[in-house]
Amino acid sequence: MAAGNYEKYKSDGSIGGNVLEWVDARFPATSMWKGHLSEYYAPKNFNFWYFFGSLALLVLVIQIVTGIFLVMHYKPDAALNANGVPIAFASVEYIMRDVPGGWIIRYMHSTGASAFFIVVYLHMFRGLLYGSYRKPRELTWLFGVGIFLVLMGEAFFGYLLPWGQMSFWGAQVIVNLFSAIPVIGPDLSIIIRGDFVVGDATLNRFFSFHVIAFPLVLLGLVAAHVLALHETGSNNPDGIDIKEKKDEHGIPLDGIPFHPYYTVKDIVGVIVFLMAFSAVLFFAPEGGGYFLETPNFYPADPLKTPPHIAPVWYFTPYYSILRAMVWNFFGLDAKFWGVVGMGASVVIFAFLPWLDRSPVRSIRYRGPITKVMITIFVICFFILGYLGTLSPSPMGELISQVCTVFYFGFFLGMPWWSRMDKFKPVPDRVTMK
Amino acid sequence: MKKFLIALLFAPVMALASGGAVHLDKWPGSVGDKAALQNGAKLFVNYCLNCHGASYLRYKNLLDLGLSEQQVKDNLMFTSDKIGELMRVAARSDEQKLWFGATPPDLTIVARARGEAGNAGAGADWLYTYLRSFYRDDNRPTGWNNAVFENVGMPHILYALQGQQVRNHETHKLELAVPGQMAPAEYDKAISDLVGFMVWMAEPQQEFRQKLGFGVLAFLALLFVVAYALKKEYWKDIH
Repeated sequence: MAAGNYEKYKSDGSIGGNVLEWVDARFPATSMWKGHLSEYYAPKNFNFWYFFGSLALLVLVIQIVTGIFLVMHYKPDAALNANGVPIAFASVEYIMRDVPGGWIIRYMHSTGASAFFIVVYLHMFRGLLYGSYRKPRELTWLFGVGIFLVLMGEAFFGYLLPWGQMSFWGAQVIVNLFSAIPVIGPDLSIIIRGDFVVGDATLNRFFSFHVIAFPLVLLGLVAAHVLALHETGSNNPDGIDIKEKKDEHGIPLDGIPFHPYYTVKDIVGVIVFLMAFSAVLFFAPEGGGYFLETPNFYPADPLKTPPHIAPVWYFTPYYSILRAMVWNFFGLDAKFWGVVGMGASVVIFAFLPWLDRSPVRSIRYRGPITKVMITIFVICFFILGYLGTLSPSPMGELISQVCTVFYFGFFLGMPWWSRMDKFKPVPDRVTMK
Repeated sequence: MKKFLIALLFAPVMALASGGAVHLDKWPGSVGDKAALQNGAKLFVNYCLNCHGASYLRYKNLLDLGLSEQQVKDNLMFTSDKIGELMRVAARSDEQKLWFGATPPDLTIVARARGEAGNAGAGADWLYTYLRSFYRDDNRPTGWNNAVFENVGMPHILYALQGQQVRNHETHKLELAVPGQMAPAEYDKAISDLVGFMVWMAEPQQEFRQKLGFGVLAFLALLFVVAYALKKEYWKDIH
């Protein structure tokens, strides 16, 4: 595409035109602008669910910018200060109190973590509703699953940094899970911690992962996700291919340029999102004890195990699946199968493009079986999430086992139930409803 | 199976630990009451700060309670002479550990730490109930126990004000056996003020945070109207 730019963007003689011509001969500025924004044709029938991609990008930027400022004042040090408080913990309170504007930056970052998962979950659910992962968008989906995995790691590492009780014991529980892997497990968990217990070495390496390694990978994957999407073009709520009907200039009849149409539309979405975000940030920054868990206002104490260790809400569905596995199979400990179940429950999303055998993409033209299955899946996801916040109980365990069966049944049964359904005829052109 | 049994075994313990067993009285105060906060600050500095630090807070933060620098220096600063200093305990934490068996925890954010999932305000209720629930117990080394915090390490520091409660063996209710300097209603008010101060110091900017929040939401609402009109204008030809 870059070849021929020099001729194509011939200067109009103005100073601005000359500068752009000079740049375009050396860097694909104009062609990238056109390819990804002003001449990227998106279906005109995007609905509510299509806001969450751009919102995820917004939250990523919020997290990076606030993170940069937090790192200026945060100290990853588990040693105790003169008042007997771990330096890392005290530095967070220092940010909250003594750094000008520090509290708002910190709350943006802590609220942003939960907001990230909310928008990403809704974004993924959109993919499920409209079959966005189906051919030819498999790679877009796979990069997306990669983003989700890295995001979970990023959130896990970040959660240790305030060095509160839940930070410490949450990390302790999760890192200990790796020791359940046969043969390599015990050594692996020591390598992750950098010590025999969660300590200063763990805090420092998690800081490094959280601030450098994972954000770099995340940015790379986000770029790949968007590039792959722009190669195939976006799906839409009707699940039909707008590139099949084009005008004489080769422009999809149902496509509109992303800029300015979707930029002005997404600005509206951004403002509504920011209102919800601000409502939490300014009026309930703890998110009712779910975004900032209250035991985390106690500094980490390796000698005092909290009565109930609950992960943050966005991990609780998988944590429930972990706890639902209580049987020893093939001579391997139940804990190991819990880890396998938890890992599988996340990774299984990657297989959706090949599990779904429905002849149509969108739920709009799929029958009752799909609607019932997706509803059950969502209900089970919520129940698992809720149970994961509670202390273990026999009843909770039984319910989480049932929900785990439905969770995996949804995916593993998909090659059959997705084909069995009744389907409606798919329209030629997108519908605006 | 082992895990299942362990879960069964711990289920009653967990239920107790989650705090459902003790009824908490609702804290009647609010952080907007400056006079109450000043009284709470006085009580905190006189009774709590001797053993517990408030080491994320600075004396100058107390100016936000409507006090002048001279007032803070004359009435609230006993172990420090610089207004910018953190409100530390004079004792060293390792020494305290030797004396008491455990270092008395820093109290700056205890009101937030005592909150619960789904009810972040529960921390204030817990403190308000806890500080009014000490009773005589000769089996404890300090001679004191607490109905909210069983076998607590801290003795009843405020007993001169409240008097001495005993626990009725039949009803398990606390009864005032020896009156203190304050009448019960007076003591409740003092504790309410003290808890108010602790809620305030856990997040001194909380009132400003909410005020700013209204401003931000108003701005966004205005921006929404403009952005929505812009979107409508651009999209009017798309059908």
